[in-house]
This record gives sequence, structure tokens and C-alpha cells, in this order.
Amino acid sequence: MSVAIDILLWGIVAGLAAMAGMRGRVVLSGALREGVVDFLALIPRMVFGVIGAGFLADVLPQQLIVSWIGPDSGLLGIAIATVVGGLTPGGPVVGFAIGVTALKSGAGAPQVIAFVTAWSLYAIQRFVMWEIPVMEARVVWLRAISSLPLPFLAGIGAMLIGKP
Amino acid sequence: MPPRRRIKSFDWSTGAVAAITVAAGAWVYWHDGQARFLESVSGDVGLTIYMLPKVLAGCLIGALVTLLLPREVVARWVGAESGLLGLAIAYIAALILPGSPLTIFPIASAFLAVGADVGAVVVYITAWSLIGYQRALVWELPFLGPHFVIWRIIVSLPLPLIAGLLARLLLRAIAARNKTRGKSGDEPA
Repeated sequence: MSVAIDILLWGIVAGLAAMAGMRGRVVLSGALREGVVDFLALIPRMVFGVIGAGFLADVLPQQLIVSWIGPDSGLLGIAIATVVGGLTPGGPVVGFAIGVTALKSGAGAPQVIAFVTAWSLYAIQRFVMWEIPVMEARVVWLRAISSLPLPFLAGIGAMLIGKP
Repeated sequence: MPPRRRIKSFDWSTGAVAAITVAAGAWVYWHDGQARFLESVSGDVGLTIYMLPKVLAGCLIGALVTLLLPREVVARWVGAESGLLGLAIAYIAALILPGSPLTIFPIASAFLAVGADVGAVVVYITAWSLIGYQRALVWELPFLGPHFVIWRIIVSLPLPLIAGLLARLLLRAIAARNKTRGKSGDEPA
């Protein structure tokens, strides 16, 4: 599984690099350098995110998590997970790390799906750092309002479909 | 081309995560002992090594796509009069064109600047957030495993279109309200 994903991702890299290479070697090397710089910048976040998630799963009070967002917490659990997800700061690691921590500590999968969905759509920090500076305010608010029902729909959908 | 913003290697959110990591690690060390502490760390180091090649590939894909994106073509396809087809094209564009927050918002904003419909832009950002393969493969899969990711993506498939349609309805409602206000003229905007 892991190797197949690596092959897929690096196949895409090779295809895109070939297309960029046709536009000139300088263009290609510039893009590759940008990608590598981004990668190096992400490493500290990744390391802390992964190790922190492991420790937190041991530390968090499992009974509290189970009663709030456990498999039997139903719609209320989905609502709690949605609010927490929306308020969780961004970065590619944080939300998934918290999601797996919650799962390990006894949270229900539909509740974690609602959490990940809300976090993916709203991550506060992403709003402030990336979206508001770059987009028109009107569009940012329109997107925020239009996305309100989505975490609930995802959580309820996950409950209805059940684990495949 | 809109200016490309850099990822900072260490900002306040990373600092917060680092502080929580150290605190939780200290707690585990004192309460559960050194063996449990080392067991947790060694498992996490394995996970990090597993993620590294995927993250590097993801960063390279993001940088190359920003370079190669045929922005004008996509903008023509998702213009204001594009209807449901425009929403569908925006959806597919988000699936095919990966990116990070560094690239996705400048691209969406460029779409708007050349006349793309707001509903299509909402579909684009939502589909990228929920279903983009780069994010799922690089970040989500190592943490949460294939069953969870596939399950989540299946229930998320209709969501970007729902958000896009809602955005169009809201816009229409706002436009209608402004129109009636304009006619009666007794309420300042």
C-alpha cells in the first residue's frame, strides 16, 4: 500500500517535471527548488505533529472522550466534533494528528469524520493566514456560510453508510 | 501570476504543537515509565520516515502545478454563465490539480479575477479541502489509515456540489434583497 502510493505520487512528480522541463531547464530547477524548500520547512511541524499525537493519546482522559464523542454519542457528538474541528488551528498535520488521537482514545469514527471535515473546511489559522488576505471578503464569508451544513452531512452520512 | 507565499518553518502553531508535545511526553515519561515513552517515540519515528517521501513528492507536485496550471483555460470553463457544468468542471479541476493553501487560494482568487463564478470557486475550494488526493495521500493516510480515508471521501463526494449550490442560492437571495431595497429606497445600504 505504502509503496504503491509512493510510486503513484512520484509518477505524478515525474510527469509534471517532464512537462516543466519542456519549458526550459531554468523553469524546472526553479520549481523543484521551491518544492524542496517547502518540504524542509514542513519537517519540524511533521515531527512534532506525529510524536505529539502519540503522547497525547496516552495522556487524554479516555472516558471523557468516549462520553462526548464516542460511538454512542450520536448527533450531539457530531455537533461537538464539528465545533471543535472548526476551532482547531490549521497546518497539514494538526487536524489529522488530533483525529487519530481521538480515534485511539475511543471516539466514534463518524464523529471523527465530522471533526476532520470541519477542520478541513474552517481551520481558523488557514482562514486568517491564507484565505482572508488573498480572497475577496465577500467570497470568504459566502464560502464559510455555504460550508456550515457539510460536517454534519459528512458525520450523518458516515453513520448511515456504516464502515465499508 | 499572484505572489507565492512561503511556508514558515516555525510559526506560532508549530510552537504550540511543540509545547504540547513536550508536556505530553513529560507526562507519559513520569506516569507510564521510560519503556512506554521509548515505545511511543520509536513507533512515531517509523511513521515519520514512512511519511517523508510522500511529503517531499507532495511539495514538488504543488510547486510544479503552480508553474504549469493553464489558468486562463480553466477560468474560461467556469465563468459566471457556466451553470451546473461549471460547478462540475470546478470539482474535477480541484481533483486533478493538487495544491497546498499556498497555491489554492491564489489560484481561486485568480479564477475570480478573470470572471469565474463564485459558486464554482466555492466548489473548487471545498473539493480541494475535502477530496484533494495530494492532501489525503500525503497527510491523512499515514495517520488515519486507508479504511478511514476511503470512508470519509465516499461520504464527502456530494458535499462540494452542495456547498456550491448553496453559495449560488445565497448570492441570488442577496441580489434579490438588494434589488427590492433599491426600489423602495427607504433603507440606506
